[in-house]
Parts: sequence; C-alpha cells; structure tokens
Amino acid sequence: MTAPHEEEAPVRGMWRQGFEVFCENRLALVGVALFVLLAAFSFLGPLFYQTDQVHTDLTKVFLTPGTDGHPLGTDGVGYDQLGRLMLGGQTSIVVGLAAGLLATVVGTIWGAIAGFAGSWVDAVMMRVVDAMMSIPALFLFMLMASIVTPTVPMLIVIIGAFAWLGPARLVRGEALTLRTREYVMAMRGMGGTGGRAVRRHIIPNAIGTVIVNATFQVADAILYVAYLSFLGLGVPPPAANWGGMLSDGLSDTFSGHWWLLYPPGIAIILIVLAFNFIGDGLRDVFEVRLRRR
Amino acid sequence: MEASSEPLLRLRDLSTDIALRRGTVHALDHVNLEVNQGETLGIVGESGSGKTMTVLSVMGLLPTGGSVVGGEILFDGRDLRTMPAPELRRVRGVEMGMVFQDPLTSLNPTMRIGAQVAEPLRVHQGVSKAEARERAVEILRRVGMPRPDKIVDDYPHQLSGGMRQRVVIAMALIRSPRLLIADEPTTALDVTTQRQILELIDDLREEFRMAVILVTHDLGVIAGRADRVAVMYAGRVVETATTTELFRAPRHRYTEALMRALPESAADGRLYSIPGLPPDLSRPLTGCRFAPRCRFATDECRTTDVALTGDGHKFACLHPVAEPVPITVSTGHHRAAATSAADPILTVRDLVKEYDAGGAGLRRTAGRVSAVAGVSFDVKPGETLGIVGESGCGKSTVGRLVAGLEPATGGQIIVDGTDIATLDRRARHHMHRKVQLMFQDSYAAMNPRMRIDSILTEPLEIQQVGDAAARRARVSELLDQVGLPRRALERYPHEFSGGQLQRIGLARSLALRPRLIVADEPVSALDVSVQAQVLNLMRDLQGELGLSYVFISHDLSVVDYMADRIGVMYLGKLVEMGPAHQVVRAPRHPYTQALLDAVPSPDPGRTPSPDTTIRGELPSALNPPTGCRFRTRCPLAQDVCATEPVLEGGPHQVACHFPLRQEAPAA
Repeated sequence: MTAPHEEEAPVRGMWRQGFEVFCENRLALVGVALFVLLAAFSFLGPLFYQTDQVHTDLTKVFLTPGTDGHPLGTDGVGYDQLGRLMLGGQTSIVVGLAAGLLATVVGTIWGAIAGFAGSWVDAVMMRVVDAMMSIPALFLFMLMASIVTPTVPMLIVIIGAFAWLGPARLVRGEALTLRTREYVMAMRGMGGTGGRAVRRHIIPNAIGTVIVNATFQVADAILYVAYLSFLGLGVPPPAANWGGMLSDGLSDTFSGHWWLLYPPGIAIILIVLAFNFIGDGLRDVFEVRLRRR
Repeated sequence: MEASSEPLLRLRDLSTDIALRRGTVHALDHVNLEVNQGETLGIVGESGSGKTMTVLSVMGLLPTGGSVVGGEILFDGRDLRTMPAPELRRVRGVEMGMVFQDPLTSLNPTMRIGAQVAEPLRVHQGVSKAEARERAVEILRRVGMPRPDKIVDDYPHQLSGGMRQRVVIAMALIRSPRLLIADEPTTALDVTTQRQILELIDDLREEFRMAVILVTHDLGVIAGRADRVAVMYAGRVVETATTTELFRAPRHRYTEALMRALPESAADGRLYSIPGLPPDLSRPLTGCRFAPRCRFATDECRTTDVALTGDGHKFACLHPVAEPVPITVSTGHHRAAATSAADPILTVRDLVKEYDAGGAGLRRTAGRVSAVAGVSFDVKPGETLGIVGESGCGKSTVGRLVAGLEPATGGQIIVDGTDIATLDRRARHHMHRKVQLMFQDSYAAMNPRMRIDSILTEPLEIQQVGDAAARRARVSELLDQVGLPRRALERYPHEFSGGQLQRIGLARSLALRPRLIVADEPVSALDVSVQAQVLNLMRDLQGELGLSYVFISHDLSVVDYMADRIGVMYLGKLVEMGPAHQVVRAPRHPYTQALLDAVPSPDPGRTPSPDTTIRGELPSALNPPTGCRFRTRCPLAQDVCATEPVLEGGPHQVACHFPLRQEAPAA
C-alpha cells in the first residue's frame, strides 16, 4: 500500500534519482569534498600564496617548517614546500584523472566489444591486449621518453596507452557472461543491434567492476607519474608532481627532513581515498539491486 | 516400541524467525503438524507460505539469520530443541532423510555418484570403502537406476535430471531413515519423469514403512500421493484434513480459492484469480491473514485471530465454505473459433534446426544435434496455438526461430505473407514489430540496471516509433493495459514480484503492437493464484487487441485453458496437432496419451491407467531414433515404426502408424 501523496508525486527522472542515491552515501560526499578541497588547494592556492617555483635558491635549502615565512619549510634546492605541493598537485590531479579516465573508457569499450562479439573478433582483440601486456611498461616508457620530451598531455597519452589493458580484460570477462543473458536475447527479439547491446546492456552491467577499477586506475596513474619522475622521464624540473616529490623525499628520510616526505605522501593518500569514496558512491548509483527502498 | 498412536513427528506451536538487515520475518507462526509412521503428509502452499521453512526448521537447515524461536519439534516423543548436539546430529543424520528440489545443485559435481550416495554411511557408521560401494550399488538398484554398478563411478553431470533425483533419493534412503522429507522433489522435472519419481517415493514408503513429508505447490501432486494434507498460508497452517476430505469439501476460503484458480476448473471459460499478494511477514499482522484477499472477509476476520478448529478436518476460518467445491475437470469450453477464412499470420513449413554438437577445436565434427526436424503449422489471426512437450523436445527452439532470434537450418517461416529468410536487413528489422517474444523468467529477461520506464521504451527506441512524448504516452497506456500503477515506472525489476514482472514482460511485448506473441512458458514460474491472473490478462488482451499467440508450455492443463489448437512435440517433431479440446480429451498419439496420464490430477479419485506409463528417458537428439522418434519408449511400437509416419488427418492430425482412435467426425 503506498500513501496517496506518493502516488501523485511525479515520476522522478533517472539522473535525479541517481543523484539522490549518491547523496545518501555519506562517504561519497566526503570523497567529493576531499577532492574539491585538494583541487582548490592545487589550482586556487597559488593565487593566494605566491611563491617562486622557477628559480632555485641555494641559500635557503632544507629550512625547517615555520622558518623565514615558509610554513612547510623548503626542499633541497630552496623551493618553498607548500607552494611546491600546490604546483605538484596540478600535474598529479590532471594526469591522474585524465589518464585514468582514458584508460577506463578505452579499456571498457575494447573489452565489451571483444567479449560481446566473441569468436575470431574476440581472439584477435584479446591477442593484441596480451601482446601489449607482455612488453614491460617501463621499457615502453623509456623508449617513449627518449623519443619525445614529456609534457603533461604526452604523459596522459603514454600512461593511458598501456593502462587500458587491465580494464579491457576485466570487462571482456564480464561481457562473455553478460552476452548470453536473456535480456540481451529479448533486445535482439525487438530488432536491436549488437552496438545497442554493448551500449545499453553489456557496459552498464559491467559498470560496477569498471568503476571500482577506475578509482584504482586514477591512483595508479598518479603513482606512474612518480615512477617516471624518479627515472628522470617525467615532466622536467622546475615542474613538479606529488609522486616525484615523494620519491625525492624518500632519499631524505634518514636526514630527518620529514617535511619533504609526509606532505606529498599524505596528499597522495587523500586523493586516492577521495576517488575510492566517490567510486563507492557511484557503485551505489549503478548497482540498483543494492538500493534500499 | 512406542504406542502406535504417538505420531513419529509432531510440531507443536512451532515459530521460526528470520532476522534480516531490515527487521525480522516471522516465517512460521505457531505451526502444529503431525506425521505418523508409514504415512504421507502433504504440505501445500504458495511461495512464501512457510512450507519449506517448516521442513528446514525440522532438519536444522534454516538460512542465515533463521532460528526456531518457540514451540517444540517432537521426534519420537523427544524434543529436538532440547536434545544435546551429538544426539541431534545422529537423529537428523540417520533417522531423517531429505530430498531437495534441484537435483543438480544438491549433488557435488566433483564427486562420483557412489561416493556421494554412501557418504552418510561413512560419516555416521564408519563403514569401509568397499562395503560403502556395495551398499551404494544396492540402494541405487532399489531406486530403479539402470546399471547401478556402472553408474556408481559416474559423475552427476553425466546423468539426466530424473536420474539425478533418483540419486538424491538414494542418498536420503541409504541410512534407512524413519522420516523422509521431500521438498518439491519433482518441480524441476518433466511430467513423465515426475510420475516415475512420485511412484518411486510411494513404493519406498511402503517398503521401508517410512513417514513422508511431501512439500509442494502443486495440488495435483498432493492429491495423488498424500494421505493427509496441510494447507499453509503466510506462515500458518490454515487447514488440515485427509486428502479425500480436503479435495471433496475444502472448508477454508483460501483452499477453495486455490482450487478454483486451477486451469482445470475453468468451467465457464475464465479462471478465478485471487486478487492481491500474500502479506509481508515482517510486519505485525492481526486477524485472518488471508482476509485482505478474501471475497468473504468481514470486519471480524480482520480483527480476531482465528485458530484451527474442528477435529480431524481442522480449519481456521470464520466463514468456511459450506457447499462442496467440485473440481470439475472441464468438458472443454468450445471457444469461438477464430475466423478461419483469414490468411494465417504465421505459416511454418518443414522447419529444421540443427546445432553443431560440442567438440571444440580440432574435434569439431562431433555430430549434429537435431533440435527441430521438419515442423509445419500455421497460426491464424486472433488464434492461440499451444505447443506442448517435455524439456528437450524443441518447443522453445521453434519459438526462438519464429521470433527471428536464430536462423533456421531449413524450411520456411512466413510471417504475414513474407518469408523471413528472404528479407534484407532492413525489412528483417521491421519484421520484429510483428512478432514479439514473452519469456518464462521475466526477471532474467530484463536488464537489472534499467528502470521499468527504460525497459518499456526500449522496443520503441529500437524501432524508432514516435518521439519522446509519444513514447511516454504509449508506456503509460501499456501500464494501464496490464494493470500496474504509474509509480512502477521509476522502479527496478528486482522490486517486483513474479506476477508483476510477468505483467511488465507482457507490456513490453505489446509495446510495438505486434500481431503475434510467442510466449515461452510464460506462467511456469508462477504460483497458481498469480498464474490465473496472468492467464486471464493474456486472454483479455487477446480479445481487445486481436492478437495471436504461440503459447509454449510443458503444462497441458494451462495449454488446454489457453489454446484453440494444440501441437504436441516429441524430440523435434510434431506428433499430434488438432483442436485443443480434442487433443486433450481424445488424444490419438500414444505419447500424448502418456503425457496426459502423467499429469497429476487434482482429483484424488482419478488414478491413471498403468499401461500407458512411459518408462525410461528421452533419447539423445544427437542421434535420434530413425522413423517414429517415439518408438523406443512406445508401448505399441512394432517393426513398421522404423519407417517415418506422416502427420496426416483433417483438423486433428497425428503422426502415428497405430493411432489410438479415429479422428472424431467434424462437428
């Protein structure tokens, strides 16, 4: 029995309903808040807290936090650590988000088509994935880095170019079982095409896996930028990123320069956490079967 | 020895709760039941009535969160609830045996049959491996397994459904239990196999002097096999009586309604359906639980708790049925014949479908499975053609071919005058507007992530019918037609009950205004009362919209109620075809006769003739028998049956060299 006023309420749109479900998940909102905070810190922060992140100042290296108007101290070449954190955040967030999304989108579509089509199409598409997986990523990076000068868009493409393999495999596995479902058959009974099946049925049903994976992809991409910087293949100085700052800080662990290690570390943890929470909320939106009523 | 008056199992005020995240479901509420030695007690009820919970409480197999919260379970006079754990394990393990519904999931696929059957012996009696095997062979022979000494070394997947159920029964029997609990033992099986299994349980009960509890939703199964029956509704026993008494004169209004909802009792051409749904057991309930759905309910029913009264025949009803409810096996309602002059909407000629049999990679030439072998029929506008047969007979394949989901290997399918094989892509796409499919399990046939509005608009989008506003209007219209509220649009499939989903499924098939709907077992997953609602709805809409149906089902009584004409399929071939009332009441093919006899009748007085029973299993479609495909199981088969009989005759055709009777003269 439904209350009469409920009967009269207009049928809510799908986006609206999804939004409401997302908002019911407190942690997801925390995730969004955290992300907004970190993004604002990185992109809007420099407007209020201006520092010189271009010229080194060897007279002011390894200043402890709080001295000389450097709230977080300075690093080994005299850059202000707080300002550097802001600058590094810009690269990390942009590269992480863009590369993660690129990998997820490409991988999902590739995997869904391979799994749905089956037979030789699947065989060819998945052998491509296997072949690329067999090439060590690091080798590929070094090769690419020696050919082109790394810029931010370049980094996104390079990281995205091999990070899509994981999601492709995951989604292909899902698609293999999803394509035999009766609702796909029902759709074909209405005259629907394969494209529609992939778009409306296979991908939405694999989305739970995809979303959870995507949050890891973003986190991974941020770390990949760190590896590349560590090898000297990342964006060249004076540009910075959190992963690079963290690996630089690692070498200072035993010198007691903790302010070079913890701030970028905590920043990475927070952004990864934020994406995980958001992913959790998104899963609630897509996993309609778990919804409470 | 105990006094013979003491029942073997007695449940006294048994209450069971299941704790869920959102509150507690009171699955059983003061259930009182008893079973005597050597007696079969039938427990009948719809899904959610608590019939399975009752036996699971006895066996201690309640799902997570479930617990017995009150009452006593007296087995042989001792309460299982206060028994020490080791003793309890012995009683449940040795003195009780249980047979589950699905023989596929109740067997371990990685264990050999012999080891599995003898497992209880090894666990409870510690017998040696060799002896266990010997005992397993012996018990398998007892349950009618052919070549038991070979089968002990097989794995479950090598056996058919009926054979597996025999194995499960053998497993339950190997400890010679005093109580056998069978929970829907035949629901997953075909009628002819069902009959064999039920007979087996009956024989074994006499042989071992066991008590049997037979749990089922099927009144027909109960009528033929049980000594006494308990009818359950919403966690309570509402009526108990001896089987003959109950079927002759049910007193509770729910029992009466159940019987009237059977397709067999549709005397006036329309089924009685019980409105509404069973109550939510997680809420506090007052009064008679059936009152909200009962035609005779008064205010008193809704407020006073009604207890079981009467001795012998007990019932809990304030306004019991006074007059007996005869289950008149209807004499055939001659439905107004469809306009036979019109051109058929669907014509199928010599339809053939073969599949490559397994064999991956290099061994691809393993053979071909002949799923459909030369089937011809036609369907006229406004007509319903029923197709019946056991699982594996190819009836669903015919449905899929007609709906254009798979290409045929040979033959013609002519829809509304055009052969669909000759159509180009575009025309074929358009053809789907004329023929639509309705599925058995609507939940599986709907994308769980799509809301009902998207599900219902999907066919319109695919066929590009109208703009967004027009589609919305059409969807609202469809909901009205199938009797669902507008609110349903923003919900997801998992939020609906089986009957509601079937309505939504029907609405989706209707969206494109098709001329023909292929309904593949549309009501087999539903309870009797809900089944009646859906069948009535399908017939009403047929009258309103001038639809034709191809109605595929294994259930003869349902097909008899729905169809104008019936085709009987066996192993890919049509063996008989004719007007519904003639096929059901005067079958000409021995297979049809056997099928009819195997259907458990809700009339306890009717016993099927034993000479038409068919034994054994459906042969493999990989190498079907030559000639008449039924000859390997036919009681009348002779040498001439090795040549193929032709489907011939007037309106009532049969493909048999020795038809049981001549065609009835045209009326």
